[in-house]
Amino acid sequence: MTTAVKALRSAPISAKIGLLIVTAYAIVAIFAPWIAPYSETSIVGSSYELWSDEFIFGTDNIGRDMLSRLIYGARNTIGIAFATVVLAFLIGGITGMLVAILGGWYDLLIGRLVDILMAVPSLIFALLLLTIFGTSIPSLIVIIAVLDSTRVFRIARSAAMNVVVMDFVEVAQLRGERMWWVIRKEVLPNITAPLLAEFGLRFCFVFLFIASLSFLGLGIQPPTADWGSMVRENATLINYNDITPLLPAAAIAGLTVAVNFVVDWMLHLSSGLRND
Amino acid sequence: MSSLLRVVLQRLGLGVMTLFVVSLIIAFVVELLPGDITQAMLGQSATPETVAAFRAEIGLDRPAHIRYFEWLHGMLTGDMGQSLASKREIAGFVGPRLSNTLFLGGVAAAIAVPLALFLGLLAALYRNSLYDRIVNMATLTSISFPEFFVAYILILFFSVKGGFFPGISNVSTDLAFGDKLFRTILPALTLTLVVLAHMLRMTRAAIINLLSSPYIEMARLKGTRPFRIIVYHALPNAWGPIVNVIALNLAYLVVGVVVVEVVFVYPGLGQLLVDSVSKRDLPVVQACAMIFAAVYILLNLLSDIVSIVSNPRLLHPR
Repeated sequence: MTTAVKALRSAPISAKIGLLIVTAYAIVAIFAPWIAPYSETSIVGSSYELWSDEFIFGTDNIGRDMLSRLIYGARNTIGIAFATVVLAFLIGGITGMLVAILGGWYDLLIGRLVDILMAVPSLIFALLLLTIFGTSIPSLIVIIAVLDSTRVFRIARSAAMNVVVMDFVEVAQLRGERMWWVIRKEVLPNITAPLLAEFGLRFCFVFLFIASLSFLGLGIQPPTADWGSMVRENATLINYNDITPLLPAAAIAGLTVAVNFVVDWMLHLSSGLRND
Repeated sequence: MSSLLRVVLQRLGLGVMTLFVVSLIIAFVVELLPGDITQAMLGQSATPETVAAFRAEIGLDRPAHIRYFEWLHGMLTGDMGQSLASKREIAGFVGPRLSNTLFLGGVAAAIAVPLALFLGLLAALYRNSLYDRIVNMATLTSISFPEFFVAYILILFFSVKGGFFPGISNVSTDLAFGDKLFRTILPALTLTLVVLAHMLRMTRAAIINLLSSPYIEMARLKGTRPFRIIVYHALPNAWGPIVNVIALNLAYLVVGVVVVEVVFVYPGLGQLLVDSVSKRDLPVVQACAMIFAAVYILLNLLSDIVSIVSNPRLLHPR
């Protein structure tokens, strides 16, 4: 724990700001019902009301409070993206480590499959799958997690490959430890650092990805408050010189910038690079 | 030269194989459709007779592998079947949209590639300077922006406030080139900003990687001027990685186009794809997905070949 604190203290200013912003977003997301002045879906005014004391950021296209929806949007958008990345890491990470240990045919077969899945842009596959399975939140999470797990698989496999050839893994296997034990106790602790940085990168990617899908009307469906679809619903306001629809977009950008700053620092730490 | 031809043919074969497997996956996924496409089209109240008639009409009553090969044959000969929603021939309206999308991508690439190379080169040359740090921050920030955020900011400033460019890009094939370019400028600028950061960072990394190699050190020690080092010593060896960077991002551009087209109501393939997904018009989605996949794989293939050609070590693998 003390090393973590020490690392944090020596972190560059951008990483510190990033961490602060991420924490702020997390607090807003967790305590949304207590912070938001109105409820997520209730219609409290007429449509497109201007910014006022009653509605700080005005109201949206059907008269719901913009600020409240922004706050609930944090919970929905971030929550769904987070669940997706966790699922992607469970699928990709475990398969990657497993394949690194098993090697041989498994490695070849799954490796080829992943190559082919990665040969096509994930947005295209996602759109195809969403056409077929429909746009519900569970299918959204599963589809994107499966598509994104290919990237996690790559990283986990190549990182685990370097660990698996070590003597201590061989010793553990000779000792007769089970596969799951070897993965958990020998491999995983040694590849945590690159996986953690990758987690941040994947989160950014998935977060933007889901926001884009929602913006296209194919992601999180109304009336759930979600930043991507909020931009879409209120986009016409832009033409009247009103920046309200940019607020949810800025909220998205703010979080990804913050996470990227933290990840940049973590990559720096784990690669041992010092400014060159 | 014959070994070069062999390598290129090998890669080409690999690309075609990948495309074939992708088409298999697409067809397989469509087979997975829960319920049936007829159910989705006709609704719950359809009688068994109408369902059967509709299935026969769109050929769903025949076995899957026959339908797959018919579809594949159709895709290869330019006959992509009929749209379920509009009953029109897909090939008829996909063509102009594809050319619109390629035009948009082309304009964006024409702006983004030289700019990214130039700025990336500068960042590599003056690394750790104030300029480099600003570039690092700025690119990291713009990578994190969703495409539609960039798009709406540009609309706000250049269209609503400034009134320089139209915020809606309703291009059509009969427009003159200059007019078309004028209406395409804002979406192209959005795409440029989206891929510029990636390209710039990767160019910088590729050049810095190279500048640390011994022969560059040697050139520097014998007193060669920095410009000469870059142009005569570094660049010939950097073409491989740089072309790789460009192709990778052009491929990304092809996809980024989807969101941007929707924002600007640009009549391209991406917008068609999104519309068809929300209408669940499967044949059109299938055709668009196949075209996007083909373009993406082709661009990656191109970068592969160029990096092999420019690097003798890859040309003669041990």
